[in-house]
Amino acid sequence: MTTETLTLAKALGAGLRKAMEDDPKVLIMGEDVGKLGGVFRVTDGLQKDFGESRVIDTPLAESGIVGTAVGLALRGYRPVCEIQFDGFVFPAVDQIISQLAKMHMRSLGAIQLPVVVRIPCGGGIGAVEHHSESPEVHFAHAAGLRVVACSNPADAYTMIQQSIRSADPVIFFEPKRRYWDKAPVEMDLAAAPPLHQAVVARPGDDVTVLAYGPMVKTCLEAAAADDERSLEVIDLRSINPLDIETIMASVRKTGRCVVAHEAPVFGGFGAELAARITERCFYHLEAPVLRVGGFSTPYPPSRVEEQYLPNLDRILDAVDRTFGW
Amino acid sequence: MTVDASRGAPPGTLRNSSAELVQLLTPEGERVEHPDYPLELTADEIRDLYRDLVIVRRIDFEAVALTRQGELGIWASLLGQEAAQIGSGRALRDQDMVFPTYREHAVAWCCGVEPIKLLGLYRGVNHAGWDPKEHNFHLYTIVIGAQTLHAAGYAMGIQRDGAVGTESGAATIAYFGDGATSQGDVNESFVWASVFNAPVVFFCQNNQWAISEPLEKQSRIPLYRRAQGFGFPGIRVDGNDVFACLAVTRKALDSARDGQGPTLIEAFTYRMGAHTTTDDPTRYRLEAELEAWKLKDPIERVKAYLVKNEMADSAFFDDVDAEAKQVGMDVRKQCLELPDPGPMSIFDHVYAEPHALISEEQEQFAAYLAGFADAADGTDGAGRADEEGNAS
Repeated sequence: MTTETLTLAKALGAGLRKAMEDDPKVLIMGEDVGKLGGVFRVTDGLQKDFGESRVIDTPLAESGIVGTAVGLALRGYRPVCEIQFDGFVFPAVDQIISQLAKMHMRSLGAIQLPVVVRIPCGGGIGAVEHHSESPEVHFAHAAGLRVVACSNPADAYTMIQQSIRSADPVIFFEPKRRYWDKAPVEMDLAAAPPLHQAVVARPGDDVTVLAYGPMVKTCLEAAAADDERSLEVIDLRSINPLDIETIMASVRKTGRCVVAHEAPVFGGFGAELAARITERCFYHLEAPVLRVGGFSTPYPPSRVEEQYLPNLDRILDAVDRTFGW
Repeated sequence: MTVDASRGAPPGTLRNSSAELVQLLTPEGERVEHPDYPLELTADEIRDLYRDLVIVRRIDFEAVALTRQGELGIWASLLGQEAAQIGSGRALRDQDMVFPTYREHAVAWCCGVEPIKLLGLYRGVNHAGWDPKEHNFHLYTIVIGAQTLHAAGYAMGIQRDGAVGTESGAATIAYFGDGATSQGDVNESFVWASVFNAPVVFFCQNNQWAISEPLEKQSRIPLYRRAQGFGFPGIRVDGNDVFACLAVTRKALDSARDGQGPTLIEAFTYRMGAHTTTDDPTRYRLEAELEAWKLKDPIERVKAYLVKNEMADSAFFDDVDAEAKQVGMDVRKQCLELPDPGPMSIFDHVYAEPHALISEEQEQFAAYLAGFADAADGTDGAGRADEEGNAS
């Protein structure tokens, strides 16, 4: 067992490097991923070490990035695409949802497309519009895709490698405001949980708090700040498929559940969680599943984003409300 | 002078088919030479091309008839575009990879895809019935232009495999129509192929109509000239001339395989039928236009050439007609025999690896369906438990 302390961005870079060393078919492609190392420096140094044919600075067109990745995968490669920011993924949505996601089914299983699409997501970095969004639910709703979100450096390192190994396409969300968080990273992949398994990030007894990506840290802070109640924080890690068993075990124990995500509450992933938990844990629930998230508005200008993003207080407010029913 | 801001291309410029058009066989069946495209074909080869053209037209005819009879949900006819597809399709080598739209039935024929396999999509029994790797013929793509990026990416893979500029060099060919040239994906694929010098041949069948929209709604310059702006050659070929389509595509594929990068071919042709069987062209185009194009029929000119040069007699033409009829009848029979998919097949192949949600829904739906089976059998719930092996 070897452990290194890395930032989340460096851990992703280390995971990508390991995947490229392990499999010569793994390619990196995206805007500015070469010399610059990506706008967040996740791919720093990879083009220098693996060359321009494996770390490809692409033209500036997201549909082109994913569409050509599909073609490369058809030829036997395993492309890892970087979408520079969450709000820039929409030009690529036809290629992701209509092409990449469906091709295995359409070909009756003859074609596998092991493509990873990395998307830095979420707000909290003071960015201009289209740079702070949380579009995960669009992809969670598209059959044929696997959708995961890492929350910490250790998971970033392992989950990116597991995603690259997947025979199915994976949409890989990276919590951009956590890129600079540092933590010990276990470098032995064998020790990692399976890609689609949720983990209990902090055990507790009174209320289950579900989160993924950037909100996991916020929820852990909320749990630490609550002196009265014991919060069990679950890091979903994967939203499609969903590890419902881990969630059920926790909610049946606590009887209360709060879901937190940055995306708007209405039609958000929390709605799916609330429905599934209600179907499976109805007689264990002391209160409805409550959701904390963004408003049904476009992402606001950055000077007010702290009001939009769920924070510790809003999470604890929802926790309190589950005890008021 | 006032300028009409809504006006597009000056009249006549887009449809002047003689402008810079590569043609090796006139509509009257006269062989003409072109300095850049010498073509030597044996009598056998020409007869084979004729046979291809007649058979694919017959398959198409049969599919249209099957649709009229309710056996297919819809069909996209290739009528009039046989020469563009057979000419380009016969220019392919085994190692080349084809990325078709949903109308490339004749290219599929050239790649050895059994005609019946094309019908599954249109009958609604599957979304594609063939293994692309087996024929180097990718799945039909319905979202307009999306496949051109797949062709560009695949071509980048060929480069990374070192399979360019060698004896066994490979290329991709991306098919699309005039309407598709307005799509972002097509333009992005031009950029990609250009800057990476990828071995792609862009084969645009300009059949003059994107459903009801004439070419003037897509472009104010001839389509082949678009290539210049992307930095690679663009050529307009008589799309109803199977010789010219063969020669021009062969040269473009050779160039791509040799590492010279992409070429855009605009095959100037005409959609003789409707866009699909659900379309009604009488609402938007004139009969006279159709009549004018009938005189340029891709099959008649090859027949005229064969007759004039005494390369085929009436027995040959009768044989080809009989063979085409038989292929048509076989397709019909096979179509009627295509089994409907079972309800549980909905869940097949959604993912390559096990997926918890799919498994869960699959089990739930199977149990739901089993309930109806019991009702039909007149058995009770205990019977169902027996089937599941749960009862005593």
